[in-house]
This record gives sequence, structure tokens and C-alpha cells, in this order.
Amino acid sequence: MLRQTNAGKMATHANRRLTAALHDRSRHWLSRHLRLLASLLVLALGTLLGAQSKALAADDEDVWPALREAVFGAREVVESATSVILEAPYRAEDAALVPITIRIPAAVSASAQKVTLLIDKNPAAVAAVFTFGPAAGAGERVISTRVRVDMYSNIRAVVEMADGKLLMATKFVKAAGGCSAPALKDTDAVLAEAGKMQVKIIDTAAGDRVREAQVKIRHPQYSGLQLNQATGFYIPAKFLRTIEISRGSDVIFRVDGGISLSEDPNIRFTYAPGGDESIEVVAEDIEGKRFSGRSAPKGS
Amino acid sequence: MELRPTDALDRRAFLHASAALLAASLAGSNATAVRASKTPPFTTEIAPGVFVHRGQHSLFNPANAGDISNSGFVVGREAVAVIDTGGSAHVGAHLLAAVRAVTDKPIRYVVNTHMHPDHVFGNAPFEREGTTFAGHHKLARGLQARADRYLGINKELLGAEAFEGTRVVFPTLAVHEAMMLDLGGRSLRLTPQKTAHTDNDLIVRDSATDTVFMGDLLFSEHVPTLDGSIRGWIALLNELSAEPAQRVVPGHGPAAMAWPDAARPIQHYLEVVAMEVRTLIKENRTLSEAVSVVGMSEKSAWLLFDEYHARNVSAAFAELEWE
Repeated sequence: MLRQTNAGKMATHANRRLTAALHDRSRHWLSRHLRLLASLLVLALGTLLGAQSKALAADDEDVWPALREAVFGAREVVESATSVILEAPYRAEDAALVPITIRIPAAVSASAQKVTLLIDKNPAAVAAVFTFGPAAGAGERVISTRVRVDMYSNIRAVVEMADGKLLMATKFVKAAGGCSAPALKDTDAVLAEAGKMQVKIIDTAAGDRVREAQVKIRHPQYSGLQLNQATGFYIPAKFLRTIEISRGSDVIFRVDGGISLSEDPNIRFTYAPGGDESIEVVAEDIEGKRFSGRSAPKGS
Repeated sequence: MELRPTDALDRRAFLHASAALLAASLAGSNATAVRASKTPPFTTEIAPGVFVHRGQHSLFNPANAGDISNSGFVVGREAVAVIDTGGSAHVGAHLLAAVRAVTDKPIRYVVNTHMHPDHVFGNAPFEREGTTFAGHHKLARGLQARADRYLGINKELLGAEAFEGTRVVFPTLAVHEAMMLDLGGRSLRLTPQKTAHTDNDLIVRDSATDTVFMGDLLFSEHVPTLDGSIRGWIALLNELSAEPAQRVVPGHGPAAMAWPDAARPIQHYLEVVAMEVRTLIKENRTLSEAVSVVGMSEKSAWLLFDEYHARNVSAAFAELEWE
């Protein structure tokens, strides 16, 4: 393993700050174009650093203090096992496809504004920010997705409450190589179907109080960290930047995502019953390409 | 008897012997000088002119130096074709010495059955003027995208000594459709396949003995590893089972097997995994649930089950949930 240099460390932190800035929706001064530019900058940095992605942080280094500061500033982040639950395998079978589940109990969910999913030692540590909308539901909120893990790392879910409090759950996951590995098992199939969506409402026992649905989007999620050995160039990044999921016209949540969401992004989640029952999905990748999908109405 | 570096002493002997072979082959000299060395036979002649080396059932480690898959060669009247080269330059050097122990005819072709490191990382010692490296037309792309990572991981797993001299040698002949390689008096038919074990599997049939090198489309004893499409793999094995062969060489397992009987266990494994994963998907169960319950009835039937099975389930789930 390569050792991390001071310059590397600083660049990593700069990279993380940019990533954080990119994902912090309170910074409205950052126009859409600036955000795109910033995202490209993050990618460029990520690409430069990506060659040594495993070297970015030594195995035993605690990157959390710096990461917390970069993402949440001086705000206190409180570890709270009762406010947010994070499920992740201790040892991942496939580092490019690590299933995780975030649970926010009913007592907390009513005032939960968003939840940030972080993977401490990934080249871009902020995997996704889920910002809840009016249809997110008042019961237990559950979000499951799949992420890439580049080296043994803590994974964190940080819930931001209406009063600004930050509540966190942490899980350690043993996995390596998820960001630089092309998981694409059948490259042509994925590229041919990029943007294809499947949106499914799942019948659950508690269907009258809490609904559940699953969104699957075909997309290679190129991280920009995958080296083409023959050309010496990195395969350009191409990933979904936002995914907005609504019940009818009411937003359930919006995802600001990055390269740490696995190929063929897959999100399963709970939401509130009511209104127009169809689930609508609009996603946009970093090239500005938009994809949309819609479920069959519930019960059909 | 095969060269199996099983303990520390054997391992030193293995690496010592292969270091000499490696140095000789990389310097481009004729390995005849070292061929006289007293190593036991590296390959078995399973049919006239068809030689197979049987790799160990193991993960990459310094002791096996990457000798964990089957490889072989076919000797024609004019030339030799090598099929797969093992998981390091050391293994490749041993295979090269094994060829030279049998014949001085030129090695006209090196055929790689697919992109995985345990089948292609022994290519380097064979690289010289006049040798063509043949593979599925998608092999180069698969390797390009993965080589950097493969090299890094393998260096770490093998250690510097066993990894020495290992590098990626890309195919120089891309096989788009079935084609023949002439070795003089016998020819090899190379057939690229649709996505199955990987998206760049290719099988090799020797016309003279009707022997088929299946690459990793056929696993025996060693649990299959899925890096392509479970649906494609099941369909392909059904097709190939209908094409008779005198004998087949699996990518992992015995040097020679009867066909299509050899396919039954892997077909069963893949079908059980696919069926159980489909059931869970239908029940709206999750990927994390699937990896802990699917295919457990197959556990006792395969070696390295704990190392690869859950990952196969994960890959099958991600594929089949799009049906």
C-alpha cells in the first residue's frame, strides 16, 4: 500500500471540502452551473488522486474529524443509536455493491430534514444526501441502497433535524476497491440500457400507514477513477447527480448523489400514503441528461 | 505428479526454479538450458499432443505463486498453441519450460480463454516476435478496464517475489467470430461466446483429438465464480452440452473430463442459485437477505464455497432483479 503524503492529505481534504460544498444545499449562492463546474473539479481532483485512491488515507487513520468539519463545519454531530440506525454488512461480498439500510424511527422522522450518507475513506466521502419532502411520511423512514466502498472504512448516516441537530449512526465495513473497480459485468448491456428505469410499489402489511417502493435505474455510474490500462487515461466520470422521487406531485425525497452509489442505482424506501398514488422519478446525470420513470398505480 | 509448492521448502524450490526460467525466458534465450532441471512434469498429456497443467484450488497466495487455474498447450506438426498461462509470470515460465521439454517448435499462438488474472498473468514469458496473442474481441476492453486493479491486488496477494515479471499482455488477435488456427496437421477452432462467466469467454477445440478447452465456462470441484451473466451462463451450458466432445478441459478442476457429464454439477449450481434468487425477488426480499440464504444446499458440493458463493448470489441478484 502506498503511504499518504502531506500534500495528498491536503488535497484529499480540499477534495472533501469541495464535495461537501457541492452537496450542501444551503449554499444557494452556488448556481447550478457553478455546481456543475465544482463537480467537474471534484472529479478532476478525484481523478488525480484516484490513481492512488487506496493510498488516500492510511488504514488506521481517523479521517472523521476532518471530514466532519468539511461537511458540517463547526456543528456538533451526536452519535445516537436510537435516533438513526444504519445496517451494513461487516464484510462486504462485493465492494462495488455493498447493501446499506438507513432507518429513522417514527419519533425522529417527523422532524428529520435530510440524511447524509458518508463513507469516510472513499475518494468522494459524501455518497448521497437524501433531502426529505412532504410525502416522506411520519412513521419509520427506511431507505436502502447500494454503495461502493474503496477501502476498509466507517460508513455513517447523519440525520439533520429541523432544529439543526445532527444525529449519527456509524458502521465499520470491510471492503476494498469498490470505486476503481468497474463492476460492469456486461458492459454492452448496461450501456445499451442506460437510463432505463423500473419503479415498483411494494405491497406491505402496513400498507395503509406506510408505503414502500423501489426505484432501479440502469446507469454505469462511471466514477472517473477507472484507469484504461491501454490508453493510460481514466474512463471519464458519468454518474447520476440527482434523483428526485415523488408520490404524484409531492416529493418523497431528493437524492444528491456521487460516484459512491453503485452501478445501476437502486433505492428502496418508505413513504406516506395519500394523494396520487403513482411514484414519479426524475434523474439527471452530470452531463445534464435527464431520465424519468413512473410506477404503475398501486394495486394494478 | 505436478509441481505443487505446498510447504515453505517447496515454495522456495518452486520460485527458485521459476526465477531461473523467468530470467531465461524474459532474456529471450532458449529455455532448453534449464529444461534439463529435475522438476517433476508440469503437465499431463491428456490426448496425443494435448498437454494440460492442473492448477490448485486456492486463492492467490505467495506459496502458490498464482498457480491456481488450468492451462495447457497443443503441439502441431509445425507449431504450438498455448491455452491460458496461469496467474503470474512465474507460472507462465514453468509452462513455457514444459512446452520446451516436449518440443522446440515455435509457439505461434497464445490463446486466453477470458480476462481473469489467473488465466492471463502468465502471458509475459511467451511474448516474443512471431507469437500471436488471441482472445475474444471483448477481452482487450475487459482487461483495459481492470488491469490496473488486477495488477495491484495480485502484487499484494502474491508478494513481490512471486509477482516478479508479471504484467498485462494484451491480445494482438481479436476473435469476433469462430475461426481456425493452423498448427500444421491439426487446427484449433476458437469460438467467442456470449456473456456467461464473463463477457469475453472463448472456447478452443482441437480438431485432431476433439478436445475442448472450456476455460472458466466449466468449473469442477472449485465453486464457479460469476462475473458475467447467470442467465447467459445457464443458456450457454445448455447449448454447449448438446455439442459432443471427446473430452473437455475445465478452467478449474481435473485435467480432462467427460462431456457433457462434466457440466452437470455447474449447471445444477447455477440453476439453484438463479431459482432461489428469483423466488426472493418475487417475494420483495433484499440483496442482503439473499446472500445469506441462497444456494446453501450446494455448500458441501464445492471447494472455496465460502470465498466466492455469496458474491455469486450478489451478482445474480443484481442481474435477475431486472427481469
